[in-house]
Amino acid sequence: MKRSAKIRLVAACLTVACLASSVVVLRQVDTVRSGATLDDFLYISSPKLVKRLSLGYEGLLADIYWTRAVQYYGGVHHAGGGSFKQLWPLLNITTQLDPHLIPAYEYGATFLTAKPPAGPGMPQQAIELMQYGIQKNPDDWHLYYNLGFIYYMDLKDYPKAAAVFQQGSDKPRAHPFLKVLAAQSAQRGGDAQTAGLLWETMYETTRDKYIRENAVWHLRALKVDQDVTRLEELVGVYRQKYGRLPTSLIEMVRAGLLPGVPLDPLGNPYKLGFEGKVLVIDPESLPFIEKGLPEGYSAVTVPRAPAEK
Amino acid sequence: MNTRIYHIATNTFREAVRDRVLYNLIAFALLLTGAAVLVGQVSIEIERLVVVNLGLTAVSLFGIVIAILIGIGLVSKEIDKRTLYTVLSRPVQRWEFIAGKFFGLTGTLLVNTLLMSVGVFGALLHVSHRLGAADVSVLIATYFIVLQFVIVVALALFFSSFSSPLLSAVFSFSLFVIGAFSEDLRGFAHMAHGVTQWLATGVAYLVPNFSALNVISRAAHGEAIAGQLIAFNTLYALTYTLAVLAAATLIFERRSLK
Repeated sequence: MKRSAKIRLVAACLTVACLASSVVVLRQVDTVRSGATLDDFLYISSPKLVKRLSLGYEGLLADIYWTRAVQYYGGVHHAGGGSFKQLWPLLNITTQLDPHLIPAYEYGATFLTAKPPAGPGMPQQAIELMQYGIQKNPDDWHLYYNLGFIYYMDLKDYPKAAAVFQQGSDKPRAHPFLKVLAAQSAQRGGDAQTAGLLWETMYETTRDKYIRENAVWHLRALKVDQDVTRLEELVGVYRQKYGRLPTSLIEMVRAGLLPGVPLDPLGNPYKLGFEGKVLVIDPESLPFIEKGLPEGYSAVTVPRAPAEK
Repeated sequence: MNTRIYHIATNTFREAVRDRVLYNLIAFALLLTGAAVLVGQVSIEIERLVVVNLGLTAVSLFGIVIAILIGIGLVSKEIDKRTLYTVLSRPVQRWEFIAGKFFGLTGTLLVNTLLMSVGVFGALLHVSHRLGAADVSVLIATYFIVLQFVIVVALALFFSSFSSPLLSAVFSFSLFVIGAFSEDLRGFAHMAHGVTQWLATGVAYLVPNFSALNVISRAAHGEAIAGQLIAFNTLYALTYTLAVLAAATLIFERRSLK
């Protein structure tokens, strides 16, 4: 082999070996570094300054900040929750850089309103975000729907929700459900049927699979809450009729109060607990339920597996 | 175009195409466009936005870098290599030399942009599965980017006609940055009073207005771009470029090459 060929071979081997070593060393560096990662740090927190520094390419920067917001929320959520302290600044910068980035309002508000530990539980900030979005995109009915949703579900402010749904229903190409939602929020605010309608609309109008899954979880939870309420009413009827509580749901079936042992949305039978309380068998698999939970058990707010409708 | 300008332009084009840096930049831009498709997958519902924003920003920035890096050497390199004397010893006017160099580099950038745009539209087709009427605005945004290049090439050539490559690069890049802030400059001018207002307004109109030529965000959202804006932007780019080229010719005509 010629001398120059030898040198080339050694140089090539050295390049590959050193690059591979640098990767190994970098992974070691990652294990040594403290918990404060770059993900949890904003170099520039002023939206105006970021916009100035973009030199007119703010669209790309908005996309980067939105991706960062999604990754940040997903990362903290996946890790089991946290303070989510960078979520609002990231969403604020994103929407100021590109005020027409509709997904940032729609999904950003969903992230902000998610209750701890699944999210920061900041409905007021979500409202601020949506109102800014509406100000910049007054003809987009999705934003009115999302704002009404927050008023209805998170703040339980039904008159405001009705007013926002009504405003949205007047916008071009608005979903016809908005008129129904406006009427129902005004007349029967707080009832399960209206809540179900809201989640159904969310399921039908969103294009994101995670939001659809979230809607499915909530629809299931509403079904469980409705079932448990109805079954506990029937337990009361049994008690009045026989002067004692039933020992199981089968006893109620035998008494002719139920056609069969009712099943929860996952196909598991409900069971009768202490003092006539109706319970679900697997509360871990039914996040967001408020009824049917065993004594001292908190509702799960982070689903552990994907939902199927 | 007269034949002398044509020959200088084609030689400039050939020289630029032979430049390896140019090829690397094209490859890098296409790579970025490819990356746009991947970035779209780690975010929510912005696949198309990322492709358009990242693709067009890459086209714009790479083109600007090429325009400046090659443009600044168009005259000075010819002087350093003493090839300019050979050219000017023939029946070639100095203004023809400037015009030829301008058309040569502009042509290079046009071909460059065309290749990059193919990449952008390919990526767009990949994420949207079809091209629609909204994508016309992407084409218009690309056209505006070309207009930006035309101005930047003229500016680089202007500085190259009297300054060293390093200083020309600094001046050209600074003007590009200032031009991106031209709307703010006009805003400051409105807030000022008296002589300051006159001066600020003068500076605001003297520097190139690149912000009016940047409609990438609008194109990403599929917003329609008015025909009037296309006409006025074209007219603005042409008049501004002509002014800068005339100034470059003026300086170059008076320059002693001994």
